[in-house]
Amino acid sequence: MPRAGGPPLIEFKGVSKVFGSGPAAVPALNAVDLSIDRGEFVAIMGPSGSGKSTAMNILGCLDAPTSGTYRFMGVDVGRLNRHQRTLLRRRYLGFVFQGFNLLARTSAVENVELPLVYRGTPTTARRRLAREVLARVGLEGREDHTPGELSGGQQQRVAIARAIVTDPAVLLADEPTGNLDSRMSLEIMNLLGRLNREQGITVVMVTHEPDMAAHARRIIRFVDGRIDSDASSERAA
Amino acid sequence: MLVEAVKLALQAIRRNALRSFLTVLGIIIGVGAVIGMVTIGNGTTARITADLAKLGTNLLFVLPGQVGPGRASSDAKPFNNRDIEVMRAQLTGVQAVAPVAQKSVPVIYGTENRNTVVTGTDSGYFVVQNWALARGRGFHEGEERAGRAACIVGQTVRETLFGRTDPIGETIRVHNVSCEVIGLLEAKGQSSFGTDLDDTVLMPLRAFQRRIAGNMDIARVYVSARNGVDTAKVQTGIERLLRERRNITPGKEDDFSVRDMKQVVQATAGATAVLTGLLGAVAAVSLLVGGIGIMNIMLVSVTERTREIGIRLAIGALEEQVLMQFLVEAVVLSLFGGILGIALGLGLAIVTTAALNVPFLVDPFIILVAFGFSAVVGILFGYIPAHRAAHLDPIQALRHE
Repeated sequence: MPRAGGPPLIEFKGVSKVFGSGPAAVPALNAVDLSIDRGEFVAIMGPSGSGKSTAMNILGCLDAPTSGTYRFMGVDVGRLNRHQRTLLRRRYLGFVFQGFNLLARTSAVENVELPLVYRGTPTTARRRLAREVLARVGLEGREDHTPGELSGGQQQRVAIARAIVTDPAVLLADEPTGNLDSRMSLEIMNLLGRLNREQGITVVMVTHEPDMAAHARRIIRFVDGRIDSDASSERAA
Repeated sequence: MLVEAVKLALQAIRRNALRSFLTVLGIIIGVGAVIGMVTIGNGTTARITADLAKLGTNLLFVLPGQVGPGRASSDAKPFNNRDIEVMRAQLTGVQAVAPVAQKSVPVIYGTENRNTVVTGTDSGYFVVQNWALARGRGFHEGEERAGRAACIVGQTVRETLFGRTDPIGETIRVHNVSCEVIGLLEAKGQSSFGTDLDDTVLMPLRAFQRRIAGNMDIARVYVSARNGVDTAKVQTGIERLLRERRNITPGKEDDFSVRDMKQVVQATAGATAVLTGLLGAVAAVSLLVGGIGIMNIMLVSVTERTREIGIRLAIGALEEQVLMQFLVEAVVLSLFGGILGIALGLGLAIVTTAALNVPFLVDPFIILVAFGFSAVVGILFGYIPAHRAAHLDPIQALRHE
């Protein structure tokens, strides 16, 4: 349900991505059209090699399309240089990874502060913000624990806190429950759902587990570098 | 941003405390070696210069023959008693003249004996050597003229021969000559070249010539210039006088040489300074090796932390922020090394200078140089790894195991 006026938050127009060149060229995405609006909770599914990770990297401005245009908030990302893409990423995007990707031997609160460090937020303000966000993901009292002292689910919650501490427009989650058991997975999905509903954060999540995808309100399936289906999830329907 | 970079660097260093220490060990040893060598060298130079100056910078040595590079110490004839008399009578601007004739002979007291250098000289010796008596008296003029066997002993000779006995008035045998001890010299310690100056016995020149040496030769003459008189002028006077006395026709070379103590001091100080510089240069090479060590470890660190760098880039670190972080880390590491190295070098110098009994002189300039150099090492050898880290592809970096 596109909001009246303004462009969609995320818009792919004929986006293709080819790795390598010449006879060794491997197409990963093939003329994909896609648009995601503010406030959506989207799950991207598909077998490995279907192009969903490539799509995610382009969405996250970590990679640029070979052809076609990707507009983020109306801005053609393909025209930005590496520096500008980094600036865009750190202002509007939050990342959650399958392997958590927290800095080892670094306390939860320091991990959450990290994006603010690069933004130049003053120390006291960023410490306060980091603690607030950790409380929001249910990790009150665990601020000074290092990743090694936290369970997988708790580590992923730290990672989510780190992703949302900058108040991003979009939260990109790449297999966020891939390393977690079903109970912890459910916790994480509930957290993502809550952030989406209560704080209006747009969530785009890659997963291969239908149970997890069912938490989203829209499910996009990739097959062979193309979008195979794009529908509202049964649960939301 | 720099403050943040320093904080991040300190965090990273603390997280890898042991490895960080091993990394900077090269710098610590390098800086320590430079500081230690130069400080010890400076102390030694100062000590030698001071020692030589103590001998008197107004001192001239007169030796028979030409000595120097490429010339054999010659068979030119030695000086004689008449030369000394004439020098005393005719030279101007002179404070004292002292003849020196020496021989190493056994000296016996009771059951104790010791081989020592016996010097035949006269009262002028105490003036030119600036050497006072601890006890007893010097030579009388009568003793000098008559050639009476009277002795003045140094502290080392007193210790070995007499122990606790008072030597004054005792009789010792010097090369089978009975000799009354009339005085005891003050302790002078070691010369800069390590010889024991107190291991000596002085006798009137005539007694020495007749009863010990068996000839009238004088091996060398010490001349001290009067205060405020240019030693070069005295040197010219000595040369003119001796050429005349030794019948050297104009145009022929001197068959004696006159050495100015001042030149000896300068030459020796110059030589030790060169040696210090050389040692410092060798030590500086180890600093370079230390720098390469830092680069090596930083490269390993970048590879090891590829994933961490990927995380940082993905969550919004700019290339220059990552570059800065790794560069600052290298610089902080090498500055740590520099500080520890300076402490090590100074500690080493304190212990060594105390052991060598030379002054401990800290040169703030060399400390500044060592500190600056370690910072430069950090920047130079940290740049390549930092650049590599900053230009990693975040997608690849995040996939890195």
